[in-house]
Amino acid sequence: MKTYYNPDDLKKFGSISEFEPNLAKKFFDYYGDVFKEGALTAREKSLIALAVAHAVQCPYCIDAYTQDTMEKGCDEKQIMEAVHVASAIKGGAVLVHGVQMMNKYKELSM
Amino acid sequence: MTTKSLIAQNHKLSSAKSQVNFLQDSNITKFSDKLCDQNLYPLTPQALEIFQINVGKMCNQVCKHCHVDAGPDRKEIMTRDTMLLCLEAIKKSGATTVDLTGGAPEMNPEFRWFVEELSTLGKKIIVRCNLTIIVANKKYNDLPEFFKKHKVEVVSSLPYFTASKTDSQRGDGVFEKSIKALKMLNEVGYGIEGSGLILNLVYNPSGAFLPPDQNALQKEFKDKLETLYSIKFNALFAITNLPVSRFLEYLVRSENYETYMEKLVNAYNPTAAENVMCRNTLSISWDGFIYDCDFNQMLEMKIGVETNNQHLSDFNAERINKRNIIVNQHCYGCTAGAGSSCSGNVA
Repeated sequence: MKTYYNPDDLKKFGSISEFEPNLAKKFFDYYGDVFKEGALTAREKSLIALAVAHAVQCPYCIDAYTQDTMEKGCDEKQIMEAVHVASAIKGGAVLVHGVQMMNKYKELSM
Repeated sequence: MTTKSLIAQNHKLSSAKSQVNFLQDSNITKFSDKLCDQNLYPLTPQALEIFQINVGKMCNQVCKHCHVDAGPDRKEIMTRDTMLLCLEAIKKSGATTVDLTGGAPEMNPEFRWFVEELSTLGKKIIVRCNLTIIVANKKYNDLPEFFKKHKVEVVSSLPYFTASKTDSQRGDGVFEKSIKALKMLNEVGYGIEGSGLILNLVYNPSGAFLPPDQNALQKEFKDKLETLYSIKFNALFAITNLPVSRFLEYLVRSENYETYMEKLVNAYNPTAAENVMCRNTLSISWDGFIYDCDFNQMLEMKIGVETNNQHLSDFNAERINKRNIIVNQHCYGCTAGAGSSCSGNVA
């Protein structure tokens, strides 16, 4: 069955360099540097990546960073809390616009 | 959770031959070719340091990832006669450390006699204690004192600092019993700074993924075990699960085998390959046969026939030190990432 997303395509991520090698190299070098141990630990960065993966709803990233957080020693509670952080920010971003809606409602009401 | 070994279930992957056939039947690059690429094949030993002895497959636990397929239904146990052969071979071998494993080695009725004999040789003694054995029966409650008396280094598995992850790998209730046993070891001085009594923990991933950075995980384990349970220990070894026996069966059953092997191959680290434990270790089975490591032992791949001494009764250290080490596809588990050995990372 054909689908828009194919799990095997995740392994082929590097092949985007085929059409534009220079920019791809810059991206992958940058990507590698971002996830190195720094002021944040590699584990903290992996949890952030997992949360963002959910926020941007990228199935490739969810697969990759679920495994990566497990390989950084995170358990199921920790990774689910990270997903809730993404959910809270996304939900909050919806709800905070409720103020704008209320402002407009009041503006148009007698 | 099943309480039977693969062999008791008559599982097709319970035989060493079927496992080796399965591991070889794939398109994965041969491990020996990887070694060839860095001029490391045939792999040869360096100075022998560790004499690892598997004193039997009997165990009070049936862990899901066990490469020994150990459990209460396994009756293979090393006899005193074979232990006497071990003692003679250790004297000839030049090894500085004797590493006792199983099963639960303490369940061998000759275990305490053997440790007493070993301690007279002046070698460092390691016992791979599964922790729960200490609280399994009154007759084992004094093990911490016994270990202390003989200055045994204790190495114990604790997959995580929570019950859910530990019990999912090692069985219901194992975490609680392990915590109790760790407290008993701490009470006699194990893991306590200045006591000279070493208590090291082992982390194995509880699934089809690689272990985390050993140092980062050790820090987290130390913080959590101290804060939550007031437990202290010396070092944490992060060990990769090798595709052997029950872990292989799990990989196949859960359809993770191909991706796990790919992961191991992609994570091949030449530095880890140079430092694999089989280069400084010999592994002895319950019936006295000699292997390059405990994994080869479980796959029944005895040391090279060119040594003419595959059994302890013909032990010849000089010939054994000139052997070629037997490798196969499971060896990728020892060379992935930071490498893996019975003492954790090797690179």
